[in-house]
Amino acid sequence: MAEGETAMQPAAGASGTTAAAAAPPPPSPRRGPPAPGPDSNQGNLDSHLRPPEALRVIGQPLRRVDALAKVTGVTRFADDLVLPRMLHMKLLRSPHPHARVVAIDTREAEALPGVKAVITGRDLPIPYGILPVSQDEHALALDRVRFVGDPVAAVAAVDEETALAATERIRVEYELLPPVATVEEALQEDRERLHERTAYANVHKAVSLRFGDVEEALASAELVREDLFFYEGNTHLPLEQHAALALFDADARLTVWSSTQTPHYLHRALAKVLAPLPASRIRVIACPNGGGFGGKSDPFQHEIAAAKLAMLTGRPVKICLTREEVFYCHRGRHPVLMQVRTGFRKDGTITGMHFRTLLDGGAYGSYGVASTFYTGALQTVTYRVPVYWFEGARVFTNKPPCGPKRGHGTPQPRFALEVHLDKVAHQLGIDPAELRLRQLQPPHSLTANHLRVGSMGLRRCIEKVLEGSRWHERRGRLGRGRGLGLACSSYISGAGLPIYWNSMPHSGVQLKLDRSGGCTVFCGSTEIGQGSDSVLATWWRRSWGIDPFAIRVVTGDTDLTPVDLGSYSSRVTLMTGNAALEAASRARALLARAVGAHLGVPPSRLVFAEQRVFDSEEPERGVSFAEAVELAEARFGTVGTTGSYTPPPAPGRYKGAGVGPSPAYSYTACVAEVEVDEQTGIVRVPKVWIAHDIGRAINPVLAIGQVEGSVYMGLGEALMEEMEYRPHRRLVHKMPSMLEYKSPTALEMCEVVTYLVEDPDPNGPYGAKEVGQGPLLPVPPAIVNAVHDAVGVYIDEIPLHPHKVLAALKAKAEGREPRYGPARFPPVRYPAPLEVGLPEPTPAQPAGAAALAGTGGGRRP
Amino acid sequence: MMRLPPFRHYRPRTVEEALAIMDGEGPEAAFLAGGTDLLPNMKRRQQTPRVLVGLSGIAELRGVRGDSRTGLRLGPMTTLAELVRDPAVRAAWPAVARTAELISTPPLRNMGTIGGNLLIDTRCNYYNQSYEWRRAIDFCMKKDGRVCWVAPSSPRCWAVQSSDEVPLMCVLGATLRLLSPDGSERTVEAAELYADDGIAHLRKRPEELLVEIALPPVEGRRATYLKLRRRGSFDFPVLGVAAALQLEGELVMSARIAIGGVGSAPRSSPEAEAFLRGRSLADEETIARAAELAARPARPLDNTDFHMSWRKKMTSVFVARALRELRAGVAATALV
Amino acid sequence: MPGEYLHLRLRVNGEQHQLACASHKTLLEVLREDLGLTGTKHGCELGECGACLVLVDGTPVLSCLALPQELQGREITTVEGLADGPRLHPLQQAFAELGAAQCGYCTPGFLLAAKALLAEQPAPSREAIRQALAGNLCRCTGYLKIFEAVELAARRMAGAATPGGQRSAATEAK
Repeated sequence: MAEGETAMQPAAGASGTTAAAAAPPPPSPRRGPPAPGPDSNQGNLDSHLRPPEALRVIGQPLRRVDALAKVTGVTRFADDLVLPRMLHMKLLRSPHPHARVVAIDTREAEALPGVKAVITGRDLPIPYGILPVSQDEHALALDRVRFVGDPVAAVAAVDEETALAATERIRVEYELLPPVATVEEALQEDRERLHERTAYANVHKAVSLRFGDVEEALASAELVREDLFFYEGNTHLPLEQHAALALFDADARLTVWSSTQTPHYLHRALAKVLAPLPASRIRVIACPNGGGFGGKSDPFQHEIAAAKLAMLTGRPVKICLTREEVFYCHRGRHPVLMQVRTGFRKDGTITGMHFRTLLDGGAYGSYGVASTFYTGALQTVTYRVPVYWFEGARVFTNKPPCGPKRGHGTPQPRFALEVHLDKVAHQLGIDPAELRLRQLQPPHSLTANHLRVGSMGLRRCIEKVLEGSRWHERRGRLGRGRGLGLACSSYISGAGLPIYWNSMPHSGVQLKLDRSGGCTVFCGSTEIGQGSDSVLATWWRRSWGIDPFAIRVVTGDTDLTPVDLGSYSSRVTLMTGNAALEAASRARALLARAVGAHLGVPPSRLVFAEQRVFDSEEPERGVSFAEAVELAEARFGTVGTTGSYTPPPAPGRYKGAGVGPSPAYSYTACVAEVEVDEQTGIVRVPKVWIAHDIGRAINPVLAIGQVEGSVYMGLGEALMEEMEYRPHRRLVHKMPSMLEYKSPTALEMCEVVTYLVEDPDPNGPYGAKEVGQGPLLPVPPAIVNAVHDAVGVYIDEIPLHPHKVLAALKAKAEGREPRYGPARFPPVRYPAPLEVGLPEPTPAQPAGAAALAGTGGGRRP
Repeated sequence: MMRLPPFRHYRPRTVEEALAIMDGEGPEAAFLAGGTDLLPNMKRRQQTPRVLVGLSGIAELRGVRGDSRTGLRLGPMTTLAELVRDPAVRAAWPAVARTAELISTPPLRNMGTIGGNLLIDTRCNYYNQSYEWRRAIDFCMKKDGRVCWVAPSSPRCWAVQSSDEVPLMCVLGATLRLLSPDGSERTVEAAELYADDGIAHLRKRPEELLVEIALPPVEGRRATYLKLRRRGSFDFPVLGVAAALQLEGELVMSARIAIGGVGSAPRSSPEAEAFLRGRSLADEETIARAAELAARPARPLDNTDFHMSWRKKMTSVFVARALRELRAGVAATALV
Repeated sequence: MPGEYLHLRLRVNGEQHQLACASHKTLLEVLREDLGLTGTKHGCELGECGACLVLVDGTPVLSCLALPQELQGREITTVEGLADGPRLHPLQQAFAELGAAQCGYCTPGFLLAAKALLAEQPAPSREAIRQALAGNLCRCTGYLKIFEAVELAARRMAGAATPGGQRSAATEAK
């Protein structure tokens, strides 16, 4: 490891497959003795009472604050909750992909002993949807069902079996409508429309944004390359099935506990649909999620129906979906067809790019408008794209709705772009790594589509994975059937704009300090497994010198916690972190004034460290942290502060500029090694090297966990995961089960070498950027590029089923184009381009590093 | 939660008692071995017996006896995990243990039994679905419906034989002893037990109880089984190739090949077996020709994982690999 | 609902329980709904994910496909039975420290599968760990931290078992 780099082995027990590299020069806050390895922990429940010298928190590996609850099985997920007199709910779902609901007769179901209430669409007629522009869902079908599995009625009964038996006694009269199965069908004008409001035919949204004269740039290029790619849809498959419990109490207050990533948005949807029940009488509590990955980010039918049934029956109502029903909730990765046309100079640098996408959205809007823009947004933040034209369209089909899955709308275009660049590199005889390094988007710059890039550590990331994989020695020389492939990517650290337009903060934190020296932090963020509660407990150490395990974290409760928009778009560390730091520094100021008055020392001379507040000039003069709180309380009354965070305004001012801006972009580079069996076409991935520019790793244990989890999920998407339907059999889902939806097991997982590259961003708390999603993105294209290195064929669509590899090998053997992939892009009527033009040249921005040393450096006031 | 339909449960202690219960309860009753096939099917309402006769309490149905010289007698309630570890099995027919290790997952191998594996229901991704899912396609021929959605014009059901041990038992010449409630007993060759029909896939009456599986003496034969599936665990075979050869050097004295997962019954290939007899496996062309012949009866359809034409193509590849493995003698040492 | 009720005597985590429940309930349902042991999770109820894995006489089985009436007289261990009072099992400690539990939903199943492995092989190879855990799906971690945690726990347990061996959690606590 080079000088100035810091190893961040997460623990003594780690296998040595992780390493970290800090971008020079790192303003390291991590002086002092290292955190103790796990071997020094006491093997009991009290082991969180660590000695003070261990309190080096930022950047140190640290057990999650909720880890002990998770390993002892006491974490309460939504389905673990039980209330007295609780009823159980089941949903009746449509057996038809597309039909009008003519009549529903629930009498027989209601007559079944044990049934307490049956509701249908008429009981919940108000439409809703996660995006204000797509209010196209109903909790229960009002007049139409749009996919097999669309909920039609809900039953509350004394037990699950009675509820299920009652759903079978509901008579629904349907008038069948011809289903729309494919994007091609959705583009045809003569097909039945799923929704009244569309761009045309079943086109939900079509956009065209042009930044500069792309045709001119392509015309004057030395090489123009056009490629077609397809990325199949897949789903989140969280281990926990969605569950919700609703209670309408005697005071006419509704509480909904749910496995949701976005309690605030669920709160809004409930308030809308359950009107006139005031929002102030609705409380949403997000339970710890047993995996989310974006799949629990929409308000769902079962949540709303359970709430309504609780109101009607006056009893608690719970539902836990079956695994099959989780497939119907979906909101997963959109299948996207892509056409990339790029102009290059002979040295491989891009002169201009035209990128087209066509998304199969399924039956409802969900996040789809945002997803559509995301398929065109982030191509520009990795490599310089001088002029850029994006056309995107999303269509409705009679399948479960697609939405946001880890990487939301960006893994598909990233796959296309990175394989496209690999092809160009081969065509021009340039090393694919060199081709990328030649044209990295500079840090602190504006892209053609008006995105403001801050810190940018991609160069360092590429260097790390090249070095780790011994790229220059090994690429092309691994022998028959083995190869290396490179791909890079970038992702947002939180969306720059909220889902509904407003000028309020994106994240809020409240602190309550008590005389015990304890502190409770209230924040609307949601623990979905990523460790957000832990990160939230981490910030105080730096500001106050107290142990994260002394912090009580209360999150995801709309009654108790200030709004945080939710655990999506990789926003939590950056946004709640900045809000928390603001609250912390305000509280620190109060404590410092009180202690300063007590000691007769100016507050600026006080140091907060090791559970004490003391005079920097006479360290023995001081008080304990608890005494400091008492002094502050005596002087100011109850001690509590707030903090909030709003991202900086996005530079883009055009319609559509709302998707893509972020306070900071993370960067990732990945090299994959593959083995291809040329007789079967089966691809194995033994090893992946991945470097992620995280800005600053707040807790390397959690960060590396996110990287490895992302590699895992990218591997699954590349090799096997896909949503498939039976177009000629009522459009049923082909395999809504854990067995037949193939996700990698312990045996398929590759070895991963992780490098955390730290290029601190001025907008991040201590420079931190996201890590939960970005590292997924480069994995599929790196694998496809490695397959090319191994056997000389490109598979331009994933998953990489073996029959595709064999077909490409056959094409190669027969002298045809050595590829497998889509052959055509159907004619889409994109709108006339919105001629946005290029942004004004940017004034030089100060590098952020200097501002980072202090508390909350780089935060906006 | 997917829940079981109501049933009554018995836990007899002897074979006699089990048969007597079966006799009394009639066609509404089913034997329950490890439960790893029947219970998921019941949760999906593919099978809805009103009475389950649990066999786990019958000591005489467990265990392995014999050796490579006498042949082996397997109690059908021996779990797959026990089979994997059993020293007599590993010594005599290591392929049987190795194949057991390829079935599903570690906890399911602790529960699933060899008898259950030999009698598992055929599978199809139009059939292994919930009641609600199947209702959306008006059910299928195998349960509650009329059409086989895999081949709608077909008069028969195309559900797939999906046991890993079945093709192997066929090439080993295993025999199965069945007892009836009326006291009658019969012994049937494994290869004779399976019928090429997704519904009537077993030539066995529901009330007959499998009480013993007999593997013949080894007599210089070698066997192997290769499994094709997506993942290294969980998955059922979408192709399984079993082969048993008697070799002198590389010269084939006798050959048995059976292919599973590509039809409603395991497919053997008398042509391939006859072709191999008297030929040397040193010749790659012999292997290629035999593989091609053996793959002919494979009829993969679009009702499992993977592209069906690719599965067909893989059949000869896997047969050839099985023959090469036997030539090298790998199978005999695979478990060491 | 129709169906028989039965009287069960189940030994779970060293405690004898007597209860009456519908005869068609699985062990998973009895543990979660009748005994309140919600640490045992469910992800499919069809034997396809491993979330509901428990030990029966030390052997991993899936509680979603096990009938409690067949398990009377056997010793059932769930995640609630892993710790010894306030003292965590070394596997729990290692999972917590190394981030082997992210969302934590699959964790109970993994812990119990790993416990059974270490009982049989105190120092398993990485490959043996992979094989032993191949019946449990995890969507968060990519499994690697889980493998490392099992290895760490194995080392600590070996240290604790061998006087003068590796530093153990127990000796460190003094």
